[in-house]
Amino acid sequence: MASPFNRTTNLWVARVLVSVPLASILGVVGLYYYAVPEYTRVGYQPTQPVAFSHKLHAGELGFSCVYCHSHVEESPQSNVPPTQTCMNCHQAVKGTSPLLAQVRESWASGEPIAWNRVHMTPDYVYFNHSIHVRRGVGCVSCHGKVNEMEVVRHDQPLSMSWCLSCHREPEKALRPLAEATNLDWLPPKGETQESIGKRIKTDSGINAPQQCSGCHR
Amino acid sequence: MRPVIITFLLLTLATVGVLGFRGRVNENRPLMLVPDMDFQPRYNPQSESVFFGDGRTMRTPPPGTIAFGGNDYFSDSGRPRLDPDFAQLDDRFYRGKSGKDFIAKAPIEIDLKVLKRGRERFNINCSPCHGRVGDGKGIVTQYGLVGVPSYHDDRLRKITDGEIFHVITNGKGLMSPYQYQIKPADRWAIVAYVRALQLSQNATLADVPEERRGEVKP
Repeated sequence: MASPFNRTTNLWVARVLVSVPLASILGVVGLYYYAVPEYTRVGYQPTQPVAFSHKLHAGELGFSCVYCHSHVEESPQSNVPPTQTCMNCHQAVKGTSPLLAQVRESWASGEPIAWNRVHMTPDYVYFNHSIHVRRGVGCVSCHGKVNEMEVVRHDQPLSMSWCLSCHREPEKALRPLAEATNLDWLPPKGETQESIGKRIKTDSGINAPQQCSGCHR
Repeated sequence: MRPVIITFLLLTLATVGVLGFRGRVNENRPLMLVPDMDFQPRYNPQSESVFFGDGRTMRTPPPGTIAFGGNDYFSDSGRPRLDPDFAQLDDRFYRGKSGKDFIAKAPIEIDLKVLKRGRERFNINCSPCHGRVGDGKGIVTQYGLVGVPSYHDDRLRKITDGEIFHVITNGKGLMSPYQYQIKPADRWAIVAYVRALQLSQNATLADVPEERRGEVKP
């Protein structure tokens, strides 16, 4: 009786023995690299309806973040400013620029400008801007150097493990309250981020929640 | 064995070629791989509404109604105030007026804490046009804004606190109303700081306490 296997079968057995583990390893590595917010979110940079430049306004002109995002210190939500805020200056400055046509239109009609949202937490996350800003977590910790971005880009992953890494060691992000909106702040000479952070943590009694209900209510 | 290795190499290269690396700048909305309850049937602040005709989730108060709660109900500590003035009946505090006249002095107690708060709010909201020292030479004046007055002339030194408050609240000339951006108490803190700026730019040696005059350099 002839053997049911021929000589090439040996080769196929070897191929399968190599392929299956290799495919598993590559699959896991691929998922770990791509199926996480570090890949899916970071770098998201939608084109906005108006070519507003944070680099010009917050960087070169030196406006405080709070001038436009006026409720960030009191509200869970850091508000996108109403058209009124644009018109505070742009009634007089660049009042006829075609770049601002949509702003003037919105101002005249009362229809808000449909800005594209860049940063988003899932609806089951109760993130509160005010408590972070008022305890000394700077804007830059989560949003990156917005004052150097022509168009705002998603800078940090905003994943749960990323949130927790800071809640476990807040001293790595804490800064003096007056510097919370200063995106270029660096620890003064002779101090490190950790030494300042530890002091602020002790002085203000900061106890960042790590239990589920801290963020999921 | 070579075809297997080559296939895997090509697959890996193709994946990296299509998906790129972490942090690549892109315009696509972030992919929600497990979108369980990420988007719940509820309205978030400043979100779009499919229910209301104007498409806005956040509603403006109907005419003839008074907003209940919010900044006037809660003091800075977040605890409800004992005597919330929902109707904003206190003319002195909310409008800087007593009867028809502007009040001469701010209706709040002014201490160092208030002045520091005023400085902070002034630098955020006012300094872009008025300049950090109130000389009317803020950065925006370099971009075509004209007619920003200096605080340091006789007319503005002599106007009442109430009138300064009124201008911050309702605007004047090219200046927009700032009542939507700055709470009443903060507006009064700014008034106090503007007064401090006026003093600082128009001071004599006699204004310095005697024991510290040695520190002043001409």
